[in-house]
Amino acid sequence: MQFISYLINGISLGSVYAIIALGYTMVYGIAKMLNFAHGDIIMVGSYVVYIAVSSLGLNPILSVVISAILCLVLGVVIEKVAYKPLRHASKLAVLITAIGVSYFLQNMALLIFGANTKSFTSVVPAVSLKLGSLTITAETIVTIVACVIIMICLTLFINKTKAGHAMQAVSEDQDAAQLMGINVNATISLTFAIGSALAAVAGVLLCSAYPSLTPYTGAMPGIKAFVAAVFGGIGSIPGALIGGILLGVIEILSKAYISSQLSDAIVFGVLIVVLVVKPTGILGKVIQEKV
Amino acid sequence: MTVMKKKLNKTTKSNLITYAMVVIVYIIVQLLVSGGAVSSLMKGLLVPLCVYSILAVSLNLTVGILGELSLGHAGFMCIGAFTSATFSKLTNGVIQPAGFRFLLAILVGAVFAGIFGLLIGIPVLRLKGDYLAIVTLAFGEIIKNIVNVIYLGRDSHGIHFSIKDAASLGMDAEGEMIIKGPQGITGTPTDSTFTIGIVLILVTLFIVLNLVHSRSGRAIMAIRDNRIAAESVGINITKYKLMAFSISAALAGVAGVLYAHNLSTLTALPKNFGYNMSIMILVFVVLGGIGNIRGSIIAAVLLTMLPELLRGLNDFRMLIYSVVLIATMIITNNEKIMNTIRRFLPKKQAQPVKEETK
Repeated sequence: MQFISYLINGISLGSVYAIIALGYTMVYGIAKMLNFAHGDIIMVGSYVVYIAVSSLGLNPILSVVISAILCLVLGVVIEKVAYKPLRHASKLAVLITAIGVSYFLQNMALLIFGANTKSFTSVVPAVSLKLGSLTITAETIVTIVACVIIMICLTLFINKTKAGHAMQAVSEDQDAAQLMGINVNATISLTFAIGSALAAVAGVLLCSAYPSLTPYTGAMPGIKAFVAAVFGGIGSIPGALIGGILLGVIEILSKAYISSQLSDAIVFGVLIVVLVVKPTGILGKVIQEKV
Repeated sequence: MTVMKKKLNKTTKSNLITYAMVVIVYIIVQLLVSGGAVSSLMKGLLVPLCVYSILAVSLNLTVGILGELSLGHAGFMCIGAFTSATFSKLTNGVIQPAGFRFLLAILVGAVFAGIFGLLIGIPVLRLKGDYLAIVTLAFGEIIKNIVNVIYLGRDSHGIHFSIKDAASLGMDAEGEMIIKGPQGITGTPTDSTFTIGIVLILVTLFIVLNLVHSRSGRAIMAIRDNRIAAESVGINITKYKLMAFSISAALAGVAGVLYAHNLSTLTALPKNFGYNMSIMILVFVVLGGIGNIRGSIIAAVLLTMLPELLRGLNDFRMLIYSVVLIATMIITNNEKIMNTIRRFLPKKQAQPVKEETK
């Protein structure tokens, strides 16, 4: 029974990683860059919800929407200001800039909100489901359901809409897409917008389950979600889901059965093994269809 | 003398300027210290300055000369720090004099960090770009995490090792703990001095500058500029990549030794050995100029001193770093701005830059 409980917790944490990993994987697929600041957008999103709920007393659902919109704008602004001038620069330059943006967001939050840990009030009502000796909290269920809904919507969006097709085309070949009349800059902005809005949602879910909020909250989950994206095969949406959930389960199980101090080391160990053995990830073959 | 000077070629001259710069700074600081013009706060900064300078120079070897972004440099520093501190604690009083023991400790730190650099380099250097960066970051975090669960003790039966807790070591009552998991190592002999730090900077510079201008260094830079072309002229890619990476790691280990022997307590926190540290070193390298060894030292010294001199700005320190980092990248990658800047530079300096980019 305990094992199943751990497994469900793992899937719930993994769902959060999967939602974050989507942002990484979409941006990587289209802009061919590792958006290091993605994890910190999670943190920004969580702070927005925290303030909206506890200081302004807004409805939780409404505050999540506000947070998603603000993060969407933030994502687009970051792309326009920091990444767009470097579209044709070396990868090293882009990566260093992304690290700079990540640091900027963290230290801005540190100046505005202070270093003290804020205790995040869960946006999900504190009820739980009991199945015999197994207790599943509402947060767990909401997280998993949210992840599934987001995955379905995103897949439909990419395969059925015109903007989705444009994203596929840009990820395939930017120059050819431009020649076909696709607005590459707008498509890249759209990708950042979707990824950042998803990051806000992920942040709320993460902080509802682990309710301590600091300016560095987003950094570690961000890196782990990148591990998940690589694990599943970067550029692939189902890959992000599989990678995220596997990583979440690995993390919770190693926390429970091996050592809570070593769980991060184990997660990173997984990344290294995956990259060395199969650098394209689990669904690496699907990489031609990356978004 | 003048004939001698003319015979020196450009690189030798430039190297000599770098060495002279370090020596002159050392002399000035020593004069100021003996004159009593240096506050105790500043004195406390002298050894960390040396640590950061060595780290920046060694990371520049990976980032600037080899052309790969490593985000796990603090991990190698951590290995150097912990292996050498353990060595110093084990041999404290056994090996005399203390100076000789510290020399051995430096070698131990460098060798261990170098070996780990080699072991980590073998899988990591097969990857490229972003993947390589994220894997080095992962390794750095793994090292920090593992160091935090190591328990090491010594008693009359020998050395005990555990990764669970202190009790599971099963030591005698009079046994002495050496590494206490998250509490790290306490009571390390504080052997680091500013003079030793400066000597180590000079040694680091000597190694890196000689490597860069040697046949191997040219091979490494050829790989950086065009891997396929380098391979086609018979350069052994793996060998030279590993060489640069492990030398860089070993030198970071030396910085770790200096760091560990500066204060008597050593713990692996995210602040000193986490990726924040790795990124801070990267900031030094980027601002000093990627591939510019002298620039790394200047940037490391200035960026460590400035926030201490302007106390009020301390809160904004990291914010300013990040803005400067982004701005540097955007400006240096913008042809229009760079052309404008070049116009203001004297021609002598502008010329070699152009040649290199071709």
